[in-house]
Amino acid sequence: MEIGLAHYLTVAAILFTLGIFGIFMNRKNVIIIMMSIELMLLAVNINLVAFSSFLGDLVGQVFTIFVLTVAAAEAAIGLAILVVYFRNRGTIAVEDINMMKG
Amino acid sequence: MVVQALAFYLFATVAVLSATAVVTVRNPVHSVLLLILTFFNAAGLFVLLGAEFLAMLLVVVYVGAVAVLFLFVVMMLDINFVEMREGFLNYLPIGVLIALVLFVELAFVGAGWALSDDKVAVLAHPTPAGLTNVEALGQLIYTDYAYIFQAAGLVLLVAMIGAIVLTLRTREGVRRQKISEQVKRDRADTLEVKKVPVGRGI
Repeated sequence: MEIGLAHYLTVAAILFTLGIFGIFMNRKNVIIIMMSIELMLLAVNINLVAFSSFLGDLVGQVFTIFVLTVAAAEAAIGLAILVVYFRNRGTIAVEDINMMKG
Repeated sequence: MVVQALAFYLFATVAVLSATAVVTVRNPVHSVLLLILTFFNAAGLFVLLGAEFLAMLLVVVYVGAVAVLFLFVVMMLDINFVEMREGFLNYLPIGVLIALVLFVELAFVGAGWALSDDKVAVLAHPTPAGLTNVEALGQLIYTDYAYIFQAAGLVLLVAMIGAIVLTLRTREGVRRQKISEQVKRDRADTLEVKKVPVGRGI
């Protein structure tokens, strides 16, 4: 019943895979895609904290704080872009996002 | 030990199940609520790992700010979400395939990974003994990582200003109170004294 590093890494790997899976399954819905990205960042955070805890090195937790910061900023900017896009086009379908012809 | 293991399995199972539901449920509002549940369980895992400060941060930042932001956007936008789910089953095979390949890769990485013998020598900042998690983190962030900490604050400031600039709009034809213009008005702008001669109008 001893919970080791491998257990936490497995949970993080499953969450990361679910994030990728979500991006592929909800190709039309930007909001769900952004939630999937948040899930992947959460998996990364779990990995960092697990290593930090089991190796006894605090830097992993410091780095997790910065990952959290950037994730929050990304969510705010992403949702702002989404709102502006919806205001201009009346849709958020991913395949319609082609104004820049990139 | 048994309690810890049980707690781990509880948190891990609920986190994985709710994360699965986040990407598969029909209604995006339910999706956001399940995302909140996932974050709560991840915070529980952090507590089990001894990272109490990060657990609280996760609850405050993600549940309190990011998830609510998602909820607001989902509920504000008037979108036909049923239409958005068209082709969900078409993407299932490729999605499962890619997820499976990625998971096998991650499993290989996890299985083939080992600690070096002198791991204690290469630790950047070993966890100090006898300090709480918050205290130890604070001693690290405000000294060795002070500049990166400031940079993180700057990133948040830029994100805040960027989000405001992107979404702020001034609508035409709306009369709103402009206090600065009211304060700027003086007598010369509005009042004119005219000499009116006797017997004639203006």
